[in-house]
Amino acid sequence: MTAPKRASQIELTATSLTCERDDRLLFEQLSVHVANGDLLQLVGPNGAGKTTLLRLLAGLNQDFDGEVLWAGEPLQQVYAHYAHQRLYMGHLSAVKRALTPIENLRWLTSQWNVADDLLWQALEEVSLAGYEETACQQLSAGQQRRVALARLCVCPAPLWILDEPFTALDHYGVTWLEQQLERHVTGGGAVIITSHHALQGIHSLRQLELGSVHS
Amino acid sequence: MSLIGATVKRDLLLAARNPGEWANPLMFFLMVAALFPLAVDPDPSFLAKIAGGVIWVAALLATLLSLDALFRADVEDGSLEQWLASGESLYGMALGKALVHWCISGLPLTLMSPVLGLMLALPNDAYGALILSLAVGTPILSLLGAVGAALTASVRSGGLLLTLLILPLYIPVLIFAASAVYHAGIGMPYNGQIAMLGAMFALALAFTPFAAAAALKLNLSR
Repeated sequence: MTAPKRASQIELTATSLTCERDDRLLFEQLSVHVANGDLLQLVGPNGAGKTTLLRLLAGLNQDFDGEVLWAGEPLQQVYAHYAHQRLYMGHLSAVKRALTPIENLRWLTSQWNVADDLLWQALEEVSLAGYEETACQQLSAGQQRRVALARLCVCPAPLWILDEPFTALDHYGVTWLEQQLERHVTGGGAVIITSHHALQGIHSLRQLELGSVHS
Repeated sequence: MSLIGATVKRDLLLAARNPGEWANPLMFFLMVAALFPLAVDPDPSFLAKIAGGVIWVAALLATLLSLDALFRADVEDGSLEQWLASGESLYGMALGKALVHWCISGLPLTLMSPVLGLMLALPNDAYGALILSLAVGTPILSLLGAVGAALTASVRSGGLLLTLLILPLYIPVLIFAASAVYHAGIGMPYNGQIAMLGAMFALALAFTPFAAAAALKLNLSR
């Protein structure tokens, strides 16, 4: 199943980003530009600031120096619009253990008003058919991760910001997610991702190395 | 707006799946009323005098019991982060959460209170005042409590801190509400106290979600 592709303009530009955490310089004078068709992978050792940079690009963290622009406007000024255009998935999956996959998915996508039958299809897509009525606490960690990932199939946002999405996925899950990423960027979307996983065979992959400016 | 609705729906569903969440405070409420006459004095004329106060103290403590978890789970599992990422107002989120909290704590307490009144020999004239004061007063408890719960959401074992923060703010509500029930019981007018509670409710409704939203943002910006 393919998500309906839209030709929305993606233009996320960050210039001269500097960020400190606990007196430790994470990155300095960093510039990032993401446009349609880009797949940007943030790499670096643990604690290098990948998640910090990701949250900052997602507009969730304003504790930094520098500028982040969405379509030429400061992010915080167009945040309501930006929030609809990008999907943010943190390493916390926001899946409630007492609820079933479909109930969780309804909440996770409620911002975009996705029709229910598309959500059922999305669960099928992530191999959770047959588990729709099982509480998530009875699912494995990988299956819970799939519940969270299922929204990639139905979410209309052109920019995806994903923090370690490969965690806990099995071999098939990894292949599936790679296909999703590729399909999304070839369809004109863009992805910013942190992962230690080597993304192979994706044409437009760029990597940004963090952790080289330790003071 | 859709996310607020979805969250209210999801939280009510969660409460339905975990009955302990709302049944526990309710049982506590019932226990206090059941044990009080045993421990103090079962004489109805004595109980009639203190019934309103006892019921209100029990309601207040039962509310405190259920407050601690209001935002903690959402902070820990990333729901709050998703909310912030959605660009919807945190004001709406705080208001929605307070509403859900009232539905699973204040509302059952209000509905159950006549039974407690019966157990504590509440004067017949005071039932109206009891239900009215709880119906107006418990939403104030939920709204004020949401601020405290938001402030302590990422503090480990923040329950004590929450109690210390919120209890002083609950005292005016307790004083006016208990006084309304008492005055109704001795046949005096109680509209003044109810009007005060109504004013407090209006104030809390307008301002506490701002405070709770600001506190939630504080939890997330690290």
